[in-house]
Amino acid sequence: MDLSVRIGALRLKNPLMSASGCFGYGMEYADVVDLSTLGAVVVKGLFLAERPGHPPPRIVETPAGMLNAIGLQGIGVHRFVREKMPELRARGATVIVNICGTTIDEYTEIARILSDVEGVAALELNISCPNIKEGGISFGCNLVNTRQVVSAVRKATPLPLIPKLTPNVTDVSSFAHVAEEAGADAVSLVNTFLAMAIDVETRRPRLSNVMGGLSGPAIRPIAVRMVYECARLVRIPVIGMGGIASAADVLEFMIAGATAVQVGTANFVDPFIWGKLESGVREYMRRHGIERVSELTGTLDIPGEKRA
Amino acid sequence: MAERASQAGLQAILPAMPVDADAEVLASTRLSDDYCVVAFRAPALAAAIRPGQFVMVRTSAGNTPLLRRPYSVFERLRDSNGEVIGFSILNKRVGVGSRLLYDAAPGMRVSCLGPLGRPFSSATGTTEAWMVAGGTGLAPFATLSEELAAAGVPRRLFYGARTGSELFCLDRFERLGVNVVLATEDGTRGEHGRVTVPLARELGSRPASSGVVLYACGPEAMLKAVAGLAERYGRECEVATERQMGCGMGGCYSCVVRVRTPEGGSRYARSCVEGPVFRAADIVWEERPA
Repeated sequence: MDLSVRIGALRLKNPLMSASGCFGYGMEYADVVDLSTLGAVVVKGLFLAERPGHPPPRIVETPAGMLNAIGLQGIGVHRFVREKMPELRARGATVIVNICGTTIDEYTEIARILSDVEGVAALELNISCPNIKEGGISFGCNLVNTRQVVSAVRKATPLPLIPKLTPNVTDVSSFAHVAEEAGADAVSLVNTFLAMAIDVETRRPRLSNVMGGLSGPAIRPIAVRMVYECARLVRIPVIGMGGIASAADVLEFMIAGATAVQVGTANFVDPFIWGKLESGVREYMRRHGIERVSELTGTLDIPGEKRA
Repeated sequence: MAERASQAGLQAILPAMPVDADAEVLASTRLSDDYCVVAFRAPALAAAIRPGQFVMVRTSAGNTPLLRRPYSVFERLRDSNGEVIGFSILNKRVGVGSRLLYDAAPGMRVSCLGPLGRPFSSATGTTEAWMVAGGTGLAPFATLSEELAAAGVPRRLFYGARTGSELFCLDRFERLGVNVVLATEDGTRGEHGRVTVPLARELGSRPASSGVVLYACGPEAMLKAVAGLAERYGRECEVATERQMGCGMGGCYSCVVRVRTPEGGSRYARSCVEGPVFRAADIVWEERPA
């Protein structure tokens, strides 16, 4: 049984990755999961410099989901390379680094720095964080800006490049298409949905940042639809995410068109989820006589329609 | 101890690997209309617990509530042979999850992830330990009292609540030889007012040379007041903070507490891995806590 999948030049041992911002820098979970067994560890988003993040409260639970506005608290790319990469390498993790910037120059500089670091397998380009004032989503909500930043980073690094797309646009697939044209090796989606919750007793927002990003099972059907739309339009692999909490959810995203998936919020609920997801996928493959998991990608069967 | 809070790496922070225990509810004992003690069978988890650590409790296998909630460990439970068989938590009915625990029937299975977080530093060797608790902030002091009793350290508990009917489990502490000082905001039991009133008076009556160490757990305003008293009277003080947590493992960065850096600045520290216990002197008290 072959669980490996291909993302551009990168071969992953299975399609299961941690979602950026939901797995720290990886080592936080090394006691409960063998990091080398994940398809990839996607680490928390990094700017060039350290960032303090937003004041608490930073999260609030909502029906079947949660809002977060962490504000990309982080140690910056230099400390990451110095302090975190040696341990991640030693654990045999396949590391994908999520990179952020407030300017195109910042993105390209981080990409250059990481291109020379042993053990960095790919870059995920964060153009979709809803919680910071500058950069991030301002690149991801405008087709011209998306094209510019992806093109610039493409020129700056030979590493596989994966723009992470925001769902906070009218047509996500047009952004996937522009990313593909600009040289992306894959796209990942969806980041969180911009959202809000209010304490009616105090009339205060429940997050210090007022708004935050919605994740968890609540968003899953919308995310599946968006992955489906993107995968139909582009030829590069689509990495799907949004509320995945079981093997059936992994399979749903793959059938919709995802080559691989990321798991975020569900890892908070159950940090031991990874083995359960993998064995669930294997059990499904056995039951359906599937030898290679990659055969599942984009196999939605709509009655009355021919498969592509 | 002075170096500890700001310097330690992740390895030093987690004394034991957390386990996901499929814990059986042994009993949910009601203390009042809002409070209860929930006892769980979870031998391996309980044996590894140190005072001040917490457990992430998943009250529902479904999506309501979705996230686990952190609970400070209350008692270590033993069988008749003295073997550790489980632990208990002090629960206040406020939201969906805490209501499920309030109504939990024996035999129910609850996923408990732990033990997590940095415990109180060992009290062994201190001259005298004073614990300061507000409301459910009483929880970590049951196991700490046990440890203090075993080490022969004189121990006091300053315990405050809104009203007398919300002061619980005093007998447990008296059995452990803890000298208990009570305060209620409405004056129905113990001293009238906040628990920091008798604390301030007692601190003031001790010579500075007496080696009293403070441990506090409770509402943020109380922790801040205790930290202020500790500074004023030159006492070493540790506080167990309470924050909204997403994961309890260091993954989500939601449970932050502002702490001082050695360079004279400050930064947000994750209370799940660098805390929940911090040196009071390391905390920068913010206007709007979680």
